[in-house]
Amino acid sequence: MQKIIKITILIIFVFIIGTFFISLNKSANYNTEFLIGKKISKINLEYFNEKKIYNEEDLKKNDYTLINFWASWCSPCRDEHSLLVDLSKEKKLILLGVNFKDKKKQAEKFLDELGNPYDFLTKDLYGKQSVELGIYGIPESILVNNELVILKKFIGPLSSKDFESIIEIIN
Amino acid sequence: MKFKLILIISFLNFSFLGSEEIVVQNTILKNLRCLVCQGQSIADSNSDFAQTIKLVVKDLVEKGKTEDEVYSFMAEKYGEWIVFKPQINRQNLMLWLLPYLALILGGIFIFFLLKKSNRNQ
Repeated sequence: MQKIIKITILIIFVFIIGTFFISLNKSANYNTEFLIGKKISKINLEYFNEKKIYNEEDLKKNDYTLINFWASWCSPCRDEHSLLVDLSKEKKLILLGVNFKDKKKQAEKFLDELGNPYDFLTKDLYGKQSVELGIYGIPESILVNNELVILKKFIGPLSSKDFESIIEIIN
Repeated sequence: MKFKLILIISFLNFSFLGSEEIVVQNTILKNLRCLVCQGQSIADSNSDFAQTIKLVVKDLVEKGKTEDEVYSFMAEKYGEWIVFKPQINRQNLMLWLLPYLALILGGIFIFFLLKKSNRNQ
């Protein structure tokens, strides 16, 4: 009996230490990387200047689309903007800008100041559409192909490394 | 007097309109995690993200989606982490089974312990 108790305690001890060891070595930061490889089911984005809708059928027309969520009130968006301007020179890539919970005038001022890299500019006034794409903070960019498969997600501002990986994928 | 009565009755009626939907909404919001906050539910938080999710949940409930449908919608978009009560799957099977296993094993352990002490008496 004594032996069984000792072994049980030892097993529990090893189990607890093992659980801690594995769990503490895992990255605890939440991200939505699991969405890579999944398909976008539907989008319903209103154009920035018109009462027209940009939907998933429009996405299928482009070989590659980078959906970029931005706002004038978001300062990291300012940092990544020059990279987006550079990306807009790529012919194979269509840039779809989504102005997120922003004031129209402020957004226009932002683009006047830093340039408008977007082939299509839409808005998400209440952020409801962002949920369809698993967005939880901006800036966030999603690279999709013409089959609506998510190839890559960029959470936070694009870096020059991200820039290179986009160029690599589309070419 | 009549006017006041009508006012009171209509007020009472309106307050009950859609109350069931609101209850469902609140339950859902309490069971969704605010991903950008530290240990808060969507219901507790006033962050930008939480406000968006509140709007979307309201829309879904008004469209007639059930509680479970809203949870699976959210889990599909943001992963299992967003729901406080995770569904059983292969990765967390142990988490669900261990308490029951511990209970059963503990019961067996106590049973034998008592049996032994009875025999000793």
